[in-house]
Amino acid sequence: MSTMISVENLGVRFGSLEAARGVSFAVEQGASFGIVGESGSGKSTVLRALSGLNPDWSGRMDIAGVALAPKRGRDFFRRVQMVFQDPYGSLHPRQTVDRALSEPLEVHGIADQEQRILQALAEVALPASVRFRYPHQLSGGQRQRVAVARALMSEPEVLLLDEPTSALDVSVQAEVLNLLMDLQERRHLTYVMVSHNLAVVAHLCAMVGVMQGGEMVETLSAADLRAGRASHPHTRELRALSLELEEP
Amino acid sequence: MEILIDNLTIDFPTAQGVSQAVRGVSMKIGREKLGIVGESGSGKSLTARSILRLLPDNAIVRADRLSFDGIDVMAADEAAMRAIRGKRAGLIMQDPKFSLNPVMTAGAQIAEAVTAHTRAGRREARERAIDLLAQVQIRDPARVAASYPHELSGGMGQRVMIAMMLAPDPELLIADEPTSALDATVQAEILRLLDELVSSRGMALILISHDLPLVSHFCDRVAVMYAGRVVEELRASDLAQARHGYTRGLLDCMPTLSHARTRLNVMERDPDWLA
Repeated sequence: MSTMISVENLGVRFGSLEAARGVSFAVEQGASFGIVGESGSGKSTVLRALSGLNPDWSGRMDIAGVALAPKRGRDFFRRVQMVFQDPYGSLHPRQTVDRALSEPLEVHGIADQEQRILQALAEVALPASVRFRYPHQLSGGQRQRVAVARALMSEPEVLLLDEPTSALDVSVQAEVLNLLMDLQERRHLTYVMVSHNLAVVAHLCAMVGVMQGGEMVETLSAADLRAGRASHPHTRELRALSLELEEP
Repeated sequence: MEILIDNLTIDFPTAQGVSQAVRGVSMKIGREKLGIVGESGSGKSLTARSILRLLPDNAIVRADRLSFDGIDVMAADEAAMRAIRGKRAGLIMQDPKFSLNPVMTAGAQIAEAVTAHTRAGRREARERAIDLLAQVQIRDPARVAASYPHELSGGMGQRVMIAMMLAPDPELLIADEPTSALDATVQAEILRLLDELVSSRGMALILISHDLPLVSHFCDRVAVMYAGRVVEELRASDLAQARHGYTRGLLDCMPTLSHARTRLNVMERDPDWLA
């Protein structure tokens, strides 16, 4: 297996605030890496720098062995796609599902639109009938499936997931997490997922990075996290809280 | 203080006919912590808001009985409702970003709640506001009182909301997904705070959420709603003995840190649950 994503000594600064500093991690091709932490710990900042949404960063980031520049080219956006937390906000309210899914194809000049849209809907287990619906006519889970389908249109190798299930009901969350696992297996996708929910991250990701105050204070396997083999006090704190609230 | 809900139904007229959002819910709530759990559209928020008569204008509400401490909520005039809303019963909503006034300082908003419901003058209200902020465990209450909502974190904003609701010393707090917009650590802090306040002041709490284990952690009793009905009611400590398929499904489909699973169970919805 080769390294798909490598981040070395990443720093992001907003004015006088160091939102991320000295963050390093690597993700193998086809693997999942989860980033957990509290609000303001810098976990989304790292993801946004990686995705190209924030061009102001220092350090080194490689995807498939190629160093990333602050400004990304079209090829980058074909290979790396992102799914956001809130499907209500990330889909255009006045565009149909068909339009949302065909736009990435037009941007990247991919032919065969009809076929690909139908295939994408089938892949995220949506009926073909939703194709000409608007986001408000879909349930929250269906909307998040559309967001995942849209991210897959350009046949990316990397999916960046920012709290992809925290706006969803728990029963819908299970469906979306299962879908993400199936897609990864089928397409050998590499995931980086950000979440404040340790159970969700440990479920999807084999490796987990824990962030606090802009630094990645510990990187450990999900198995070690479950078993309590954590060395940093903040990791132990987050773990204890998560376990306490799990048990009624 | 006792809330009685007997055979409550809430309908909404739509282009396709009448949509039944709540279908025959009965509940009796005393000085206790009750959790109402269900998914989006299960009718949990509507049920709780009907106690304050805070429903959309087009809602058609029917009930054999709907009373707050003996006051018939269905028949009460607006003045009588105003004496309940905000004063005897407070409502804490999901996202402080949207429920706080963005152009008023936190202190001014709390002081407004104080003057609206008590005889306090302006200076006294300002002092009460700072005192209330201290009660919701804000370390620097004077600074927070002078801050605007956008200067506060989500957890801090939610504390301000709670302080505002506590101003008139209510007997009931309705918290509608008070922590869904917050991260896990802050979520636990806010729920612990609510728990302490409710216990020390002897208030009743209705906590609405879609997270069953979380709710049962902080409540005495849990009512599980599905498609407009209460399908199961149980003591929070008896959650493991839940019988209804929907309740079991809710517990089963959550990923947990304690047990690794290769796949999550997906809820199989039994059409009988709709009956």
